[in-house]
Amino acid sequence: MKLIRHFAYFDEGAKKEIRRATLKAVAIPGYQVPFASREVPIGRGWGTGGLQLTLSLIGKNDVLKVIDQGSDESVNAVSIKKLVQETTGVSCTDDTRKASIIQSRHRIPEVPLTKEQIIVLQVPEPEPLRDIEKSEHQTKILHAEEDYSGAWLQLFEQIMIIGSTTTHANHPVVVNNRYVMAPSPIPRFDNEKMHQSEALILLGAGREKKIYAVPPYTNVTSLAFDDYTFRVENFDGKACHLCNATDVFLDELVNEETGETYFQCNDSSYCLERLNKKTSREEVEVNV
Amino acid sequence: MFEQPLLQVKNVTKKYGAGCQKCAALHSEVMIKNYCPVCRTVYACRDVSFDLYSGEILGIVGESGSGKSTLMQCLYFDLETSSGEVYMESSEWQGENLFYLSAKQKRSIRNSKFGMVYQNPIHGLKMEYSAISNIGEKLIAAGNRNVKEMESIGNTLFREVEIPLFRSKEKPLHFSGGMQQRVQIAKALSNNPPILFLDEITTGLDLSVQANVLDVIKNIQVEYGVSMIVVSHDLAVIRMLADRTLVMLDGQVIEKGLTDQILEDPQHHFTQQLVYSLI
Repeated sequence: MKLIRHFAYFDEGAKKEIRRATLKAVAIPGYQVPFASREVPIGRGWGTGGLQLTLSLIGKNDVLKVIDQGSDESVNAVSIKKLVQETTGVSCTDDTRKASIIQSRHRIPEVPLTKEQIIVLQVPEPEPLRDIEKSEHQTKILHAEEDYSGAWLQLFEQIMIIGSTTTHANHPVVVNNRYVMAPSPIPRFDNEKMHQSEALILLGAGREKKIYAVPPYTNVTSLAFDDYTFRVENFDGKACHLCNATDVFLDELVNEETGETYFQCNDSSYCLERLNKKTSREEVEVNV
Repeated sequence: MFEQPLLQVKNVTKKYGAGCQKCAALHSEVMIKNYCPVCRTVYACRDVSFDLYSGEILGIVGESGSGKSTLMQCLYFDLETSSGEVYMESSEWQGENLFYLSAKQKRSIRNSKFGMVYQNPIHGLKMEYSAISNIGEKLIAAGNRNVKEMESIGNTLFREVEIPLFRSKEKPLHFSGGMQQRVQIAKALSNNPPILFLDEITTGLDLSVQANVLDVIKNIQVEYGVSMIVVSHDLAVIRMLADRTLVMLDGQVIEKGLTDQILEDPQHHFTQQLVYSLI
């Protein structure tokens, strides 16, 4: 028996269907386009939406970067990279600047993306109104009628009970002044990177069978009340203990022995790049 | 010179089924109450017309299944009507049949012009969200984006309906039936709607709580001059609240007039039965 392996795992029909959904998503910024989420050799909920987008987009000349919560080396990122590499033969990179397609879970890289790049985000729950309305039929109507009081209500309730909005990640955004969209569980820090982004942002939810997009140079605003404005995570006076970066999203870590907390860049490739630059500068100084 | 009605309701019909030639005529002989045995259509509301004037309370009475609640849900756009017209006195929608507006426009009217209090608070409240957020929801829907302002409106209304402020951030799920009903009333009032729909609001409450809720309603009417449509099968409620009353039977209005007139001198034999069964 002759085994025919398709380029990028999927047969052409499958890729065509995903691309068609993607085109529609780009044409209607923030609108969730249903698609026939296919079986891939990873479990639903482990980035199958993102993976399907990546597989449908990737060409022979592309360079792929996959990150999982800012890390290039986590198990999930590595196995997705391996799968794509094995089925397409494209090269992978950790360097954000060199990648043409970046698949990511829960982060947008610190290095500003360019119009040559596409970022694919993995989405567990694409529906920003799901908590307030269980029925898909009803949420579709709410989107159609632009009734987003439910999304606002959740923030209002948080302010009433706790005194401020408590969304850490996945703070809902309005895209192009029309659709309210779940930006996937990126921290609030990254919400602002979506606004007028030069790169195309694609979001894929494999389990929920939805694709949506933020085209380049689109307005994206985070939901906020007049007297409770949107604020990103505050890292004032804190810096990465490795590379001393201050204007990035930091992870808080605990030294188990001393009990002290310290901070480190969440975006590992960004941190590494800065460290490399630092050491090469030091080497130059030593040589002189 | 007559006053212009705030809300004009004309020939509202809500039927479940296609209808046929046998049952098309209003007083068709084939009908068994509101059911057509030929085409198996149920007429929940049939050819209901009335006017609602500014500041008045209109009562609708009738036995269970007479179409009172269906009528309310049609007017509040919860249900699609089969046919009929409704006009509202307003600068924006003057002379337009509200039933023909788009879903989005209907939603906007619901959020800014109407208030609804359902028989069961589950339909009108988000039980898992705090009472104050329930008020907030209606205000947000009407376009308010200022938290402090919404909170103060909510607290004012809670005082009005006698909900202790220290419980305003609790879930209505933890409230008694009477309190839930009062939160619903506060929610319905939150954006000063000119028209309020009250659907069997005292059913299922005990007598002292009933009296309390009715007091609140009466105060609100005096204070804000809101027009109300009150649906009830309880004639005592209608007697206390309503200026004018419609009597419904099998989806149709069989009698209308001043409340006193209807209760003291009922004309239709069903109304007579209804009134005398009370005493």
